[in-house]
Amino acid sequence: MSREFTADLKKRIEEITARYPSRQAALLPVLHLVQGETGFLSAEEERAVASILGLPPIKVREVVTFYTMFTRKPLGRFHLQVCSNLSCSLAAGERILRHLQAKLGIGVGETTPDGKYTLTEVECLGACEQAPCMMVNFDYHGNLDPEKVERIMEELK
Amino acid sequence: METKVLTKDFGLDHLYRIGVYLEQGGYRAVKKALTEWKPEQVIDEVKKASLRGRGGAGFPAGLKWSFVPQKTDKPKYLCVNADEGEPGTFKDRSIMAHDPHLLIEGIIIAAYAVGIHTAYIYIRGEYELIARRLEGAIGEAYAKGYLGKNILGIGFDLELYVHRGAGAYICGEETGLLESLEGKRGNPRLKPPFPASVGLFQSPTVINNVETLANVPFIILNGAGWFLERGSPKDGGTRIFGVSGAVNKPGIYELPVGTSLREIIFTHAGGLKPGRALKAVIPGGMSCPIFKADEVDVKMDCDCVAAAGSMLGSGAVIVIDDRTPILDVLSKVAKFYAHESCGQCTPCRLGTSWIHKIVKRMAAGKGRADDVETLVRLSTNIKGRTLCPLGDAAALPVLAIARKFKAELENTMKGNA
Ligand SMILES: Cc1cc2nc3c(=O)[nH]c(=O)nc-3n(C[C@H](O)[C@H](O)[C@H](O)COP(=O)(O)O)c2cc1C
Ligand code: FES
Repeated sequence: MSREFTADLKKRIEEITARYPSRQAALLPVLHLVQGETGFLSAEEERAVASILGLPPIKVREVVTFYTMFTRKPLGRFHLQVCSNLSCSLAAGERILRHLQAKLGIGVGETTPDGKYTLTEVECLGACEQAPCMMVNFDYHGNLDPEKVERIMEELK
Repeated sequence: METKVLTKDFGLDHLYRIGVYLEQGGYRAVKKALTEWKPEQVIDEVKKASLRGRGGAGFPAGLKWSFVPQKTDKPKYLCVNADEGEPGTFKDRSIMAHDPHLLIEGIIIAAYAVGIHTAYIYIRGEYELIARRLEGAIGEAYAKGYLGKNILGIGFDLELYVHRGAGAYICGEETGLLESLEGKRGNPRLKPPFPASVGLFQSPTVINNVETLANVPFIILNGAGWFLERGSPKDGGTRIFGVSGAVNKPGIYELPVGTSLREIIFTHAGGLKPGRALKAVIPGGMSCPIFKADEVDVKMDCDCVAAAGSMLGSGAVIVIDDRTPILDVLSKVAKFYAHESCGQCTPCRLGTSWIHKIVKRMAAGKGRADDVETLVRLSTNIKGRTLCPLGDAAALPVLAIARKFKAELENTMKGNA
């Protein structure tokens, strides 16, 4: 089965490829773009990207599996990414992860049955001055404690 | 003397808009360099200023630029390293969020000096909002004629693009970055050849850190002498130190290169939290060997920190207090490098995972009597034997912790057992 990108998506892909002397160089930005549209990168998307960039599908699979931000399975509507690296753990970051696990009733790497939340443990997010911190989709939240996490979760509803 | 240079205007509202930036005298350095100076003069001035790389290795920027062949039939490229993956580091984010035009100015001047017409900012994927801010700023710079064709009417062209990574620490290593930018896994390349001759798309390439380039406009405007006065003789200017961990005031502090580590922690970052004492400090990001509390009277310039047995790295100071077991710190280090090793070469792939396994069993109370010795042996064997410097980045901090905190580690193990 193959997937056709919409004309608009194709146009945006061509805008990206124009920035580089090789079409392959557009692979990461194009995968970001496609994942942004579809939520995750299934084998179908991989093949479609490979075909539009003129690459063997394996080259796309190699890249998708190398980078942690690309996902081959659907994520929850809100992707909670909690930092567990050193500066955050020095600021009691572990209890944020524990709090979310208990609250959502899921383990790290899991998605709630209603498809609303996915909980991930990540390495340093580059925001250590606001430790402990997490990202919800692309938004940063810092200086967390369980109460602040509660307030953030309220607003996600 | 006012010590803030790069961060001086960070408090201004909407500094990231070109109008505000121009009101502060923005793009004067580009005008001066492009219309009054020859490219060689720019390189010479940056060399004289002893501008050392702010990304980790501290390599002199002017010297790096001079390695790129002037005449070549290939295009040349500039890759701006905005991957900022070294744990503890957040300074480049602050530059790009507050003052993206300062970075763009540095990029234009560096490109002019080396004869480059295409530049990419490789930014870590998580900084999506900042990537958008950069794109906005780049759009403004094109509209005002600072980017694109025939900049300032001098016949110099420069295209600048933002390229987002996707979550892989190794892509901060310069050749991993090149592979990633070409649309591949970020597996580092064997050197030589060095990127200055064979880099992006097989062409001569300069790779510089965000903060390194953000210093360039000030060197052009004020001269190398002025820049050197603000730092150390072989390491000019200021550094944006990012302090995190057990201090009262974590944050960025722009201070002269050569400021003492003690002063950074106790004067600027407000010292330790109440009731806690200093136990150890990582001076330049997670890959830099740890200092014990009695080793913090070190001047923070590349050479002094190296002489003291560590590295200035990215200037990321991580402060550890007396209530934190050193085994916790070791666990974080071991886990991080085992996760981030690209797996390409054996000493790093196996070495980092063995280290992680041993540290995990130590933490689980199943450590063996000679585990600390084994860690020393393992990390010594990784050191210097890997394809890229990630091996050293993983081995050196483990080695330092195992040697400096041997007694504590062994006691903790006994307690856990
Ligand atoms: C494993 C590893 C990760 C690195 N990560 C970064 C990074 O995130 N940002 C950066 O600027 N330099 C990083 N570096 C250093 C780069 O390889 C390179 O030295 C630097 O970008 C050169 O720029 P500079 O001379 O201006 O510092 C890393 C090096 C290694 C070995
Ligand atoms: S350690 Fe958590 S953001 Fe850096």
